Amino acid sequence: MRPAVLTGEHFMTGDVACAEGAMAAGCLFFGGYPITPATEIAEHMSARLPEVGGTFIQMEDEIGAIASVIGASCAGVKSMTATSGPGFSLMMENIGLAICIESPCVIANVQRAGPSTGLPTQGAQSDMMQARWGSHGHYEIIALAPSSPQEIFYQTITAFNLSEKYRLPVLIMTDEMVGHLSERVIIPDAKDIKTVSRKRPKGRKDRLKPYRPGPDGIAPMPIAGEGYNVHMTGLTHDERGYPVMTVDAQYEMMERIIGKVRKNLDDIIRTESYRLDDAEIVIVSYGVSSRTCLAAVDEAREQGIKAGLLRLITVWPFPEDQIRNLAEKVKGFVTVEINLGQIHLEVERCAGGKAPAFLVGHPGGTIIPPERVINTLNEVF
Amino acid sequence: MKQIKKPSSHPLDDLLRLDRIPHIWCPGCGIGTAFSSCLTAMKTSGIDLKKTVMISGIGCSGRGAGYVNLDSYHTTHGRAIPFATGMKLANPELNVIVFSGDGDLFAIGGNHFIHAARRNVDMTVICVNNFNYGMTGGQVAATTPYKAKTTTTPLGNSESPFNLPLLAYASGATYVSRWTILHTRDLMESIEEALLKRGFSFIEVLAPCPVNYGRRNREKPLDSLRIYQERTIIKNNAHPSELDIDFEKGVILGKFIDQDRPTCTEMYDKTCRPTDLSEESKAA
Repeated sequence: MRPAVLTGEHFMTGDVACAEGAMAAGCLFFGGYPITPATEIAEHMSARLPEVGGTFIQMEDEIGAIASVIGASCAGVKSMTATSGPGFSLMMENIGLAICIESPCVIANVQRAGPSTGLPTQGAQSDMMQARWGSHGHYEIIALAPSSPQEIFYQTITAFNLSEKYRLPVLIMTDEMVGHLSERVIIPDAKDIKTVSRKRPKGRKDRLKPYRPGPDGIAPMPIAGEGYNVHMTGLTHDERGYPVMTVDAQYEMMERIIGKVRKNLDDIIRTESYRLDDAEIVIVSYGVSSRTCLAAVDEAREQGIKAGLLRLITVWPFPEDQIRNLAEKVKGFVTVEINLGQIHLEVERCAGGKAPAFLVGHPGGTIIPPERVINTLNEVF
Repeated sequence: MKQIKKPSSHPLDDLLRLDRIPHIWCPGCGIGTAFSSCLTAMKTSGIDLKKTVMISGIGCSGRGAGYVNLDSYHTTHGRAIPFATGMKLANPELNVIVFSGDGDLFAIGGNHFIHAARRNVDMTVICVNNFNYGMTGGQVAATTPYKAKTTTTPLGNSESPFNLPLLAYASGATYVSRWTILHTRDLMESIEEALLKRGFSFIEVLAPCPVNYGRRNREKPLDSLRIYQERTIIKNNAHPSELDIDFEKGVILGKFIDQDRPTCTEMYDKTCRPTDLSEESKAA
């Protein structure tokens, strides 16, 4: 029987590293449904969870999977699911429920090329806007984009921590290439892994207002069976959790669920720079494509082009201020992603016409080679 | 002006969120009766109410979770059962009750129902069957009788309805019964039995929807109750294949299935847990 944290040096795929990251984060429930190229996460969790007292269930579809995950979370257990495009589409409505009732949970999307069934075994980064806006209504969401198995391990822990801290679903937007890539993964000692659990209410059980935010803007979360007689609903609700069908209630609820992300951007947003300090051209990328860009930056520098990389670790919320600041001083932006222009639109929006923004995109199915990035740099600058 | 006398307290008050009353249910609607039978059964069964949760989907019956003064979850349309499954598996100590309507549980949520029954998740599912989608104004449902008029079958329903107890039985439910809201004592006793039963229990409650269903089918509120009295036959242990709903021929009520099968959690612990871990949990 293995412990939750498999301390040591491993050679594993991104999918398995995601599962091990979840184990290390304290995940005790996985509700899944098989789908290429995310299935290995479910397979690995099905073997690992019972070893530590957790529960795995393969549900009847992805809608059931995400619903079970939210139910488990409301019962007080850190919970997750993993899927790919078609399953991600099916999960959208209930991701909205988790946002509305403020239930923490983690959803990994190992992206493959779409639309529809698309290229099930070949990767893409084309669900990035769906991650942002796929569920109906207006909301804020957190989405991470790991670029290696080692990073998936850590980002899955980060995803759980952010989810528990901010009481909202956190998306791990990885891709088939990273998911199926085997690399060295070092898992540290359990004591060196920082995990966060949701704040729980204190005080009289009959007086709790389960949606009254604490000083940090986040309401402590009562769980089922504790005696708080909590009510949670996907209808617009007040601090008691009761449905209230008024514009005022809508204002108040939206302010809370959007504000808790917008007021904490510094805590949430994570980016990484490579040779960016003196860069005249900023390459913006994330996930597997950012690996292409590391090579492209070095090659461009050799050719005398002052390029640098801004790698997005959190894609949502988008690092708007960082792009705005860069736009004041650089010649332009090039976004590299395996879709035909999604995060590129955000870069262009935030550049606000102060610096031109170009796309090196791909319809999906393979990675973008560094040469395409170099060629674009040579063509447009 | 005449003062309205403050109503005296009701024995179920402590189980209600009184600050949410009045409820949304229409005059003549049967959901309230089914709901109060459920609350009474929860009390009389002696289950630990602190460890009891009610989960609903969307629709008129789906508002049940909003009125019960327990941990209660009003989820998305059709997804009360998978939400409840996650909750039960995450904390097997909870008593899980799903209270929802026929459209929610058997059309949009039908897939989840059959799988939860197959897995024998230890929960009680109470379906208020009012033969139509009441909340959206009376559209055809998977339970609407043949030829009945609804807003989306203005010429009459051309499809056949589900026999819900047969579906539950075939899917593996360990307790299956059907009552109407006129048979409140039987209904209450049946819910009580279901709550105490380990395994997947299903109770169908036939209920009138005079505003949206009755009025389009020449059935006044009192007519529904008369039909429930005159055209029903109580036949415990009837085979589920006999349970099609046809009030012309007579509708069979009763307890049809009461069998024992290991639950989802028991089977998981036995099959998937390392031996020393399942023995630890037994000892605990």
